[in-house]
Amino acid sequence: MTSTPESLVITDLRVEFDGFVAVGGVSFDAHPGEVRFLIGPNGAGKTTCIDAITGLSQGTGSARLGDQELLGKPAHKIVRLGIGRTFQTASVFEELSVLQNLDIAAGLHRSPLSLLRARRGVDPAIHRALDETGLSRELETPAGILSHGQKQWLEIAMLLVQDARVLLLDEPVAGMSLDERTATGELLGRVAANRIVLVVEHDMDFMRRFASRVTVLHQGRVLSEGSVSQVQADPRVQEVYLGTAGAAPATPRETAAIGTAAFGTEED
Amino acid sequence: MKNLKPWLPLIGIGVFAVLLLAVAPSVLSMHWINNLGKYCCWAIAAVGIGLAWGRGGMLVLGQGVFFGIGAYSMAMHLTLETAGPGNLPIFMILYDPLAALPPFWEPFRSEVFTLLAIVLLPVIVASVLGYALFKSRVKGAYFAILTQALAVALAVLISSTIRETGGDTGLSDFKYFFGYVLSDNGNKLMVYLIAAALLIVCLLVVWQLRRSRFGELLVATRDAEERVRFLGYDPAAIKLVAFVVAAVMASVAGAMFVPIVGIITPQEIGASASILMIAGVALGGRASLFGPALGAMAVGWGQSSLGSSWPSGWIYILGLLFILVTLFLPMGLSSLLGKVARLIWPSRPKPAAASAAPSPALDEVNT
Repeated sequence: MTSTPESLVITDLRVEFDGFVAVGGVSFDAHPGEVRFLIGPNGAGKTTCIDAITGLSQGTGSARLGDQELLGKPAHKIVRLGIGRTFQTASVFEELSVLQNLDIAAGLHRSPLSLLRARRGVDPAIHRALDETGLSRELETPAGILSHGQKQWLEIAMLLVQDARVLLLDEPVAGMSLDERTATGELLGRVAANRIVLVVEHDMDFMRRFASRVTVLHQGRVLSEGSVSQVQADPRVQEVYLGTAGAAPATPRETAAIGTAAFGTEED
Repeated sequence: MKNLKPWLPLIGIGVFAVLLLAVAPSVLSMHWINNLGKYCCWAIAAVGIGLAWGRGGMLVLGQGVFFGIGAYSMAMHLTLETAGPGNLPIFMILYDPLAALPPFWEPFRSEVFTLLAIVLLPVIVASVLGYALFKSRVKGAYFAILTQALAVALAVLISSTIRETGGDTGLSDFKYFFGYVLSDNGNKLMVYLIAAALLIVCLLVVWQLRRSRFGELLVATRDAEERVRFLGYDPAAIKLVAFVVAAVMASVAGAMFVPIVGIITPQEIGASASILMIAGVALGGRASLFGPALGAMAVGWGQSSLGSSWPSGWIYILGLLFILVTLFLPMGLSSLLGKVARLIWPSRPKPAAASAAPSPALDEVNT
């Protein structure tokens, strides 16, 4: 893939915690139009990568969006450059309504003085995001009583109204039913048309169905990269997940099945 | 009718204003008007605490600092006004008849400077302090202990600088308040009315802040600070605004406390005074609009009636009340209203049902 002015390019990213190397020189890129997946066993450094890109953890190396360097900037300024993220546990403002949650997300470019006024009417972008995520009927519902899946959709809707150019999603379908996963995957496909979507995920079935390109991390390094079938056929990936390299070269379908069995054992 | 609910707090403030500004002066004796004025001062500080703590999650245990800034600014001016132009305050002459006026006293001869100082000094102090604390992400118990320590430090500083500030005996014997003779009953009533009006203004300010987008953002910051950061806001700035507003209110409260009570000592701004301000807010309900003000007034009333007639018992009653409320009504006595309403009308799941017959519910809220 060629790098466009709007691509997210990570080069030699390193994150250390008191000498422990969580991420040791990871490079990958993501472009608008693809649903990019970052997978790997527990402790591979997937979430740490996202933390470093968004300013939650200190990292060295380079993370650029277009020609903007992200590393070293404070978290809220990185967001203002168009990078949005979600967290492993759905973190919405439980005491506020869906509308209030979205209104806060839509407001990062408001002037400080306009914050002193009460909200009048609903931003059209909020209606669009609600339609997109199927939450239109929950406008006045307190976010705390939404179902688990709805909360995660609300988080994605918050990224949409925030007008993020890059969506970094940390396990967006954890705890969702199959139907909800399908709906989420289709939503990500639509959203990715003109945005960069990077998903950290454990659910391998979900990954197979919706990923355009996958990067596999292992112990803080890139193990493999490519399309879903390329990655699944990679013996090093199978070794990490199964403990041995796949002895008999199987058909892609069977490899997928092995992959499911192996990846499926992981609980997190 | 169906859109009445958002305006209920405003109606409440209106009723409260009529009670304080019209009813109270016509039924209460001068002694009680003066006491009520004192409770109003504590209530002003409490309204600010309600914003910073109840809505913003910052346990401001040292509001005595800002109360003290306002109180001593006002007290220095009134002391100089009482002494007359060019004269030293009497307590300074007693210590050293040849002493010169300390340089930091001099500007407080000016009425304008004093009024500006009451508002701007807490803004400056709270901004610097809050910026340092919130940027370095000091929160929770550490924040509370730090603010409390500052209140202790200020009280000790004043106690130990007896020649410059009057020390433990404090500043008192004010004769004039911006040209008005303070012993006059009409002027006393005026000072009370100013304090009561300021309380109403503070309630209106906090009401608007609560319903504004800033208010929603403040609650969001209280509940999930990191999430707010990743929506592109600087949580430190949001908290700083609430902290500064609370500081200004505490300062205004202190400034009005001085002409009403007639004395200010380090005791009124130290650790226990700061905790007493918090206690009223916690009893009343820190997250509600009226809870902090009413709670502070109730504690103030207990303090001056029971506290003077039965001081040892009062502190136990206050402690017991505090324990009971924390255990059974963590959101304060004002949350009792909602609980009672839900007991009487248990089934109100649909908003349609509620708006079809809102009158009994409204009566309950207003009584």
